[in-house]
Amino acid sequence: MAETTTAATAAAPTLEVRNLQTHFFTRAGVVRAVDDVSFTIGRGKVLGLVGESGSGKTVTGFSIMKLVDPPGRIVGGSILFQGKDLATRSEEEMRNLRGNRIAMIFQDPMMTLNPVLRIDTQMIETVQAHEKVSEADARARARDALGMVGIPSPDERLKSYPHQFSGGMRQRVAIAIALLHRPDLIVADEPTTALDVTIQGQILAEVQKLCATTGTAMLWITHDLSVVAGLADDIAVMYAGRVVEFGDVGEVLDKPLHPYTHGLIGSVPSRNKRGEPLRQIPGMTPSLLNLPEGCSFRARCPRAAADCIVMPELHPWLPQRLARCHHPHLEEVAAA
Amino acid sequence: MSQTQMQSQSQAEAPRVFTETETPMVELRQVSRRFAKKLDIAAKLARRLGADVREEIVHAVDHVDLRVRKGEVVGLVGESGCGKSTLGRIVAGILPQSEGQVLWNGQDVSTMQGEAAKIGKLRRQMIFQDPYASLNPRMRVADIVGEAPLVHGLTTRANFDTYVDEQMRRAGLDPAFKRRYPHQFSGGQRQRIGIARALAVAPEFIVCDEAVAALDVSIQAQILNLFMKLRRDLDLTYLFISHDLGVVEHLSDRVVIMYLGRVVEEAPTERVFSGANHPYTQSLLASVPRIGNRKRAFATVKGEIPSPLNPPPGCHFHPRCPHAFDRCRVEVPKLREIAPGQRSACHLNDAA
Ligand SMILES: Nc1ncnc2c1ncn2[C@@H]1O[C@H](COP(=O)(O)OP(=O)(O)OP(=O)(O)O)[C@@H](O)[C@H]1O
Ligand SMILES: Nc1ncnc2c1ncn2[C@@H]1O[C@H](COP(=O)(O)OP(=O)(O)O)[C@@H](O)[C@H]1O
Ligand code: SF4
Ligand code: SF4
Ligand SMILES: [Mg+2]
Ligand SMILES: [Mg+2]
Repeated sequence: MAETTTAATAAAPTLEVRNLQTHFFTRAGVVRAVDDVSFTIGRGKVLGLVGESGSGKTVTGFSIMKLVDPPGRIVGGSILFQGKDLATRSEEEMRNLRGNRIAMIFQDPMMTLNPVLRIDTQMIETVQAHEKVSEADARARARDALGMVGIPSPDERLKSYPHQFSGGMRQRVAIAIALLHRPDLIVADEPTTALDVTIQGQILAEVQKLCATTGTAMLWITHDLSVVAGLADDIAVMYAGRVVEFGDVGEVLDKPLHPYTHGLIGSVPSRNKRGEPLRQIPGMTPSLLNLPEGCSFRARCPRAAADCIVMPELHPWLPQRLARCHHPHLEEVAAA
Repeated sequence: MSQTQMQSQSQAEAPRVFTETETPMVELRQVSRRFAKKLDIAAKLARRLGADVREEIVHAVDHVDLRVRKGEVVGLVGESGCGKSTLGRIVAGILPQSEGQVLWNGQDVSTMQGEAAKIGKLRRQMIFQDPYASLNPRMRVADIVGEAPLVHGLTTRANFDTYVDEQMRRAGLDPAFKRRYPHQFSGGQRQRIGIARALAVAPEFIVCDEAVAALDVSIQAQILNLFMKLRRDLDLTYLFISHDLGVVEHLSDRVVIMYLGRVVEEAPTERVFSGANHPYTQSLLASVPRIGNRKRAFATVKGEIPSPLNPPPGCHFHPRCPHAFDRCRVEVPKLREIAPGQRSACHLNDAA
């Protein structure tokens, strides 16, 4: 049963990832999918992890769950969950944590749901997998969880099969399952990307309420800066396998330090004058199989200089604001 | 919300003036498209055993009027399954309508014959969401881009290479890559191949169906800039289908909003974003996450999007509408003009 939140660990942040490295040892070479990822999520806080496709967001999420399959392997760094390194946990202990203290929500809810089982069967099984409770109590928990994610008439809905739900409803059920044990941490990988905006809005509102009321910490993975703007407390920006910027979501979006974050935000249509050409980042993301020497953003960066041939560290340029860059946009922060 | 405000805005920002009287390049009159949803085995069996099971009909597009004038960019928005792609395919001439008329430069396309019909169709091209699925994986880029122009006599065997090079360069692709296959390109480059292919037959009108939806923001900006440049250089007209209101706001002159097969509102872009009339448009705008928002409570529209197989009677939006009243449940509201250039289909407009 839930035993992890002891007085000794209560002060530690829910999740602290330090210099995480996860590589895939493929025949074509070593894919450095995650090559230096660090961030912290406090209790009840939402961290938005953003970056373009292939930047390593999903692999980061899977690494935290310790669900990376060969040829992939965590090769460096540490993942501290409530102060304790997950690397020291046995597979048995991990199985206990997963679905109980740490839950994952996937982009495709059918990764969570079993198509041939009724919703109540699945939810009751999930509850009883980690706790000794009666079926009636488990059912009551399932009903409450469905109510919490805004599913109307949960008693009736419990008797349905997944295919009887719309995409948005299915995703809500998957979120409800993730909530069953009131986990301390939820890793959510693009859970609303495939949904329509009105349905996405409903789910985001529920998620926000939930973290605030239950103290659950959330890692929200997305490529959509606008979703993160409204949902998250902090933001971590990834580029080519590394976190390049970390900080308070408002500060980072208003005054980005890293040239990549700067370019990314600048290219969002609403940050441009109507009808005028959008500001764009030239070039393309480099291949993770052979990254350039030094800063990976060098070939596309308008501020690149000779010293960028040396890979920068994620440095605290300002209080609570980190950037992996030799020449961050400090002048714009000062001007504010 | 006042009329004067609307006029001053459209004059200040619209780069072009479109008159209501000119003949539209493309016009749809009361166009509908129905699809029969085939019965599955279980349903067929049930019917054989005497159950009252009928083939279900989806009204993907339901009596739509649409006008796009030369040089205009019309944004078409709405949620998944509301009929945007179906409407786009009808406009592009690659899907026949079940009912209604499609006019090209004022002429009913069903009355066009031979060469005129062929050219009319070539002039309307479509660019798709998934650049990979819409490109033949076994064809080299040169053939993907150059095949149609060759067949239609826009180029010759002798000039083929120069022609293809020019098309690729215009879409921002290095002609050195023309011997490659689609899988050897990134998502953004594949979308450029789709653009080069569409432009190679010298179209005047392009339907873009979620053409940047699958791309990352920084690549999306490159492609959107390309669309805008091509519009200026080649005097193109676009129907721009997207669920991304930020993108639509940025490049459209006018926006058309659909809900479950019907057009519910249509207005100049500034008007839609500053003074939307239809309750659905208002809810949609309130739901869109914006990068300027901070830790805000997300506005929510209640309820699910109903099944298009069994849409609610009367106004399709009534089960989710905060203003619905008795009449909305029985009578379909008509799309009618409520301000210059702005049309909306809501019974609330009759009350005033
Ligand atoms: N060939 C077909 N056979 C049966 N039904 C179809 C067919 N094509 C479309 N439909 C139905 O018609 C409706 C409108 O579909 P359409 O593809 O036009 O939607 P859309 O607005 O483009 O959605 P999205 O945003 O998801 O692309 C949907 O209910 C869809 O399932
Ligand atoms: N099983 C795998 N084998 C080899 N490479 C992989 C595997 N899974 C992911 N990768 C690579 O790792 C990188 C990061 O992937 P991912 O985390 O899925 O990106 P994101 O979620 O940010 O789009 C990509 O280059 C991807 O191709
Ligand atoms: S380290 Fe140099 S190349 Fe890299 S982002 Fe900073 S300025 Fe640009
Ligand atoms: S017609 Fe009625 S239900 Fe439909 S949008 Fe207007 S007020 Fe709402
Ligand atoms: Mg991913
Ligand atoms: Mg579509």
